[in-house]
Amino acid sequence: MKLQESPRSPASITQLLWFFGIATVVKLLLIPAYYSTDLEVHRHWLAITHSLPLGQWYYDETSEWTLDYPPFFAYFERFLSFFAPLIDPWIVHLHHGLSYKADSSIYFQRISVIVSDLFLQYGVHISTRNLASLKRNLVWVFVIWSPGLLIVDHLHFQYNGFLFGWLLLSISFLAQGRDLMGGFMFAVLLCFKHLFAVAAPVYFVYLLRHYCRGGLVRGFARLSVLGAIVVAVFAAAYGPFVYHGQIQQVIRRMFPFGRGLCHAYWAPNFWVFYIVLDKGIAFLLRKFGFDIPSPVASFTGGLVGDASPFAVLPRITPMTTFIMVLLALSPCLFKTWRYPRPRLIARSVAYAYTCGFLFGWHIHEKASLHISIPLALVAVESLEDSKHYFLLSVVSCYSLFPLIYEAQEYPIKVLLLLLLLHTILMWFCFSALFPKIIGTKGSLQSDKKATQSDSKGISRTAAEKQWFELGWVAKSYLLGVVVVETWGQFLHPYLLGDKLPFLPLMLISMYCAIGISYSWIWQLKRIIILS
Amino acid sequence: MKKKGEMKKVKKVKGKVHDGEHDDPWWSLVQNGIKPSFLCISIFALLVRVAVGLHPYSGANTPPKFGDYEAQRHWMEITLNLQPKDWYRNSSVNDLSYWGLDYPPLTAYQSYIHGVFLKTFDPDSVALFTSGGYESYIGKLLMRWTVLSSDVLVFFPASLYFVFVYSIRLGTGRNSDVAWHISMVLLNPCLILIDHGHFQYNCISLGLTMAAIAAVLSQKDLVASVLYCLALNHKQMSAYFAPAFFSYLLGKCLKNKNPLVDLAKLGLMVIGTFAVVWWPYLQSKEAALTVISRLAPFERGIYEDYVANFWCTSSVLVKWKKLYTTQSSRIFSLTATLLTCLPSMVQQVLVPSRKGFLYALLNSSFSFYLFSYQVHEKSILLPLLPLALLALEERRSLLWLTHFAMFSMLPLLHRDKLILPYMAIYTLFILVYFAPDGPGARCNGSKTLDHSPKKTRRGMEFISFIAFHPFVMGFLGLCSLILHVIYLTMHPPNRYPFLFEAVIMLICFSQFVLFTLYFNSKQWMLSKHVTSQDKQKLI
Repeated sequence: MKLQESPRSPASITQLLWFFGIATVVKLLLIPAYYSTDLEVHRHWLAITHSLPLGQWYYDETSEWTLDYPPFFAYFERFLSFFAPLIDPWIVHLHHGLSYKADSSIYFQRISVIVSDLFLQYGVHISTRNLASLKRNLVWVFVIWSPGLLIVDHLHFQYNGFLFGWLLLSISFLAQGRDLMGGFMFAVLLCFKHLFAVAAPVYFVYLLRHYCRGGLVRGFARLSVLGAIVVAVFAAAYGPFVYHGQIQQVIRRMFPFGRGLCHAYWAPNFWVFYIVLDKGIAFLLRKFGFDIPSPVASFTGGLVGDASPFAVLPRITPMTTFIMVLLALSPCLFKTWRYPRPRLIARSVAYAYTCGFLFGWHIHEKASLHISIPLALVAVESLEDSKHYFLLSVVSCYSLFPLIYEAQEYPIKVLLLLLLLHTILMWFCFSALFPKIIGTKGSLQSDKKATQSDSKGISRTAAEKQWFELGWVAKSYLLGVVVVETWGQFLHPYLLGDKLPFLPLMLISMYCAIGISYSWIWQLKRIIILS
Repeated sequence: MKKKGEMKKVKKVKGKVHDGEHDDPWWSLVQNGIKPSFLCISIFALLVRVAVGLHPYSGANTPPKFGDYEAQRHWMEITLNLQPKDWYRNSSVNDLSYWGLDYPPLTAYQSYIHGVFLKTFDPDSVALFTSGGYESYIGKLLMRWTVLSSDVLVFFPASLYFVFVYSIRLGTGRNSDVAWHISMVLLNPCLILIDHGHFQYNCISLGLTMAAIAAVLSQKDLVASVLYCLALNHKQMSAYFAPAFFSYLLGKCLKNKNPLVDLAKLGLMVIGTFAVVWWPYLQSKEAALTVISRLAPFERGIYEDYVANFWCTSSVLVKWKKLYTTQSSRIFSLTATLLTCLPSMVQQVLVPSRKGFLYALLNSSFSFYLFSYQVHEKSILLPLLPLALLALEERRSLLWLTHFAMFSMLPLLHRDKLILPYMAIYTLFILVYFAPDGPGARCNGSKTLDHSPKKTRRGMEFISFIAFHPFVMGFLGLCSLILHVIYLTMHPPNRYPFLFEAVIMLICFSQFVLFTLYFNSKQWMLSKHVTSQDKQKLI
């Protein structure tokens, strides 16, 4: 009777540790692999927080990699910097340490990421402890063995796993009805990395409607408790800087709007279409004899200055993107307002991140993890979810490919993607095989699904033997990934040589943008149906 | 209790489902048969191999001699630029004292193919003369990829073939056990470290051997003999398995109606394979003899470094190298090897059986490792292959011996700066071995023990009592752990610079000898078991 085993049984923790162990081994083996400048960025932050007093953290300009994360992350770096000098004092030396690439430094930082991932394990453990064992294993695979996380954290180098631990904790607390804890965790997360703030409207609306209810007085009392907690968290983070009178400087560092609409490599979002459309129209107009001046700043040239990078279409300002994100988010906010259901919170949060990803300002492709990690929690709920998640995770993993561009790591990323494809396919085969047994027995959802599949013309017997199979559109889309990759890696250099060097990357981001847009619409539809 | 009803439904949906499979968390992964799980495991195994390949290779940045990496690269250079007849001959263009080719022709051909591959992408790395000690980012990458591709093309299909055959002929039927078996074969830590870390192509010869074993198990003796000859022609060390193949096939032929015809067929296959592989050297007697003399490097002495075999270990007491000439030590080692192989050979000639054959492979390769001439630390890979193939039978031994095999290679891998992958891969092996509810975690001895008549068990019991006594195992395990720490953190005393290596060697040797005895007795017990069964049938 494994299905009924108590969720807190030691066996499940051993199993979780087993999954973690396997992931850790791979991470350890990847230590000598390629790393991006982010390694130096984080090393410099270690040095800043270690050698300077708190008052100077956000003013220091010894290196171009200034501290631009919120204070909790700075404290986190400060915490790590206690251990770094034990390994090698040069790691935390403000001046000698610049671009310090000794093994000691790399090992220390890589291992600090691996150890901080323990928090992700904790988050996963808390958020899956009420699931049946098979579903639990699936979620573990998606989160702990997430190739995207591996690429971003352990090749490219960042501390996302640790941060996702907080996010998962927060979501699972909300889903379990412990609203205060959920809100607290999210506030903490925001003080670690403000990019997570895109989901703040969802949290706000949800907590307002779900937690602060029960009449005017009680609701107001609860609102004040919640507000006090959030304020306390923010005070803990920003208090010292307010005390030093530096809050403006901190905020200026954290929101560098001077950067362009798109990152050097275009994240696969809506703006890719916009740029391509602009270029296409300009090209056509020139063909017809109109005199269209080429934009001063170009997207392919990296960072963008003040000049408008568009030839024809109107210029996009941060405000425009902000409004677009809010607009895209509004149906979800509305639904959350009407039906604040704990069951849907993971979806709403993921949806908010999808909106932010698609329409946001200066979005980095790494942000696609913000969608795929929270969605992993609900990917096992039904067959449709699993199908969608399969597509989404492949797209989000593939969109990370350009991060790792050296030949040495090429097989690694391809194998990771294949592993992802394969594991997910197989595990879904199973989870989809018995949708009713381990699935949503007794809930409204399964009935709905049955009627849905009936309306689609699938006979009842077929619905019982549901098999994880993608439609031809999804299949050909995934096949297209192979084509795009083959073009970019092999055919393009072979056929065109050095001409149009940006084309392969542009193709990747355009192609992935299609997938992410699909996922956006699908998620919206799902939220509307389910609430 | 609601769930119970549901589970019954599950059983109806899938008629084949056995009882107890719901306790099996891996069932979802393996429900569709072996192939999907094989694909999954092999992708993971490949990923691990690529990741190990990121680490340094043997002899990186250590002129003038470098290491095995340079040897392999040099062979590519030689085979690519010279005529086959010059490959093994010392000449002005081929200095045999600098990593001269000393493996059989198949390795040379393989080097040639890989050389062509390297030449297309990085011509400098295999240019004649100028490429000596060539090291570069892209060069390392291409070389690593040649090993990876050999692994994928030879070792992986061979292991699929083997596991497929094994699970049909000898298996227990639980799919998750089969998956576990596959991962034990593919994630053998020693092989990964030597091939993808240290840099060698053991995967080819071992893969061919494994395919030959699988062919034997599926009764395709002629195919098996061809495959085994290919393995032998890739690496002469594959001869470690020769007694087992020879005695099993001989025993089987003798049981047939026309033993001579069968033997002749096998002989023709062997001779034919050899003739094809050796074709360029069969033009003259002299050419063939040159190659043969290259393949048997007797001048290197009876042992090298600190290998955990009999000659090296006993040299603490008896200085073999000083006391005896090469000639006499050759005779010693040959006699000792043959004598220790003999019991298992006799058993297979008398009662050839599939399981017995696997044990015979294990025993003969251990005999060779312990007693043959010029054994290297890396040779422990050869006994580990049949052990991994017997993973489901010999669970505890697999874990224990893999531990000591790794341990015996610690000094070698430490020299290669592969300690991080050493620890990581070892942990991975332990984790996979103890996969939740996998066969390793369920460790419950072997089944054959329980059914065999009591009399035959006594000797066996004594050995396994020593080998598997919790106190002995705990003590040795602790010792080896402490030694790991000591070896990696402390400097040996100046008077005995190789003290730690010697201690490691002694411990490993003791275990290897003990387990050779254990496996030999087990093989003999198998035959008694078989005969007693036959008798029962007759009655």
